[in-house]
Amino acid sequence: MPRTVAPWEVKRETLIRAEDRTDPSFGCKPEERQPEESMKFGVINLDKPAGPSSHEVAAWVKRILKLEHVGHGGTLEA
Amino acid sequence: MTGVLPVTLEESTKVVQALLYSGKEYVCVMKVHGDVAEDQVRKVLKEFEDAIYQRPPLRASVKRQLRTRRIYYLDFLEMDGRNVLFKVGCEGGTYIRKLCFDVGEVLGCGAHMQELRRTRAGPFVEDNCVRLHDMAYWFMQWQEKKDEKFLKKFVQPMERALASVPKIYIRDSAVDAVCHGANLTAPGVLRLESGIMEGSLLAVFSLKGEAVALARAAASSEHILSMDHGVVAKVERVLMPRGTYPRCWKSGEKVDEQKP
Repeated sequence: MPRTVAPWEVKRETLIRAEDRTDPSFGCKPEERQPEESMKFGVINLDKPAGPSSHEVAAWVKRILKLEHVGHGGTLEA
Repeated sequence: MTGVLPVTLEESTKVVQALLYSGKEYVCVMKVHGDVAEDQVRKVLKEFEDAIYQRPPLRASVKRQLRTRRIYYLDFLEMDGRNVLFKVGCEGGTYIRKLCFDVGEVLGCGAHMQELRRTRAGPFVEDNCVRLHDMAYWFMQWQEKKDEKFLKKFVQPMERALASVPKIYIRDSAVDAVCHGANLTAPGVLRLESGIMEGSLLAVFSLKGEAVALARAAASSEHILSMDHGVVAKVERVLMPRGTYPRCWKSGEKVDEQKP
């Protein structure tokens, strides 16, 4: 029986509908953001320690990095 | 339980929706409650591949109704006495504790989850995950030395979180309309990825590779490619602040900007 392909194994092609250029005076490539901006639009791939809940760990990150908002992708039950 | 936990900062908190539904991978130690042969364990684990039914446990933060979850793969790794080590790739929201219990039922002797480590959450894998104390150290280094390289050691752009979500790339002139919540229409679309189905979650990107919004596809990839007008995707979550790109749509009687 063929297994269902995991989302990260899906290969996608890029289809082109039209061509256009982008104006360098607006926006910026994600990897060229200013430090403050890269924090603001950033994600941390954290290695959750055993013990505290995912919510607690996220709260620690918020406190350590002195941020206003943090969220986490999927609870790892404690 | 330990392992990969993507933490979104400030504005990027809006991408969690995409992360929650993304697939996960775990390495798990399951303890069986009786003596069973390795062949038997291997066979039973394979039976759990594909779709399974689960009712969320008593201690859960979601409605306890029966739901289906996909198991992409369930690979037996090794067995030592009554401890079974396996790796599982599954849909977001699969309860591994429940899975172990159910495997135990099929085995006949019962089983429970002993240890669990998440090795993947969507596009984030174990190989480059950072520990809390390393994060705290690099953050202090960055604050003291103001050298960006320390920041780069632990923060990734939020676009990374959308790596396995199909994307549509749009014109500069369409960006600000989408930032204001307008649905994406065909003329704004430049490029798109294959495999988009009507109703699937997709990410709207600028040509610079910035995430603009999360949206729900109103047509398939092939259909979108051939459309010359009409709504292509309904915007669900705007990710880019308004005003990042110039406003290029006409409103009311005042038209001061020309479409490029």
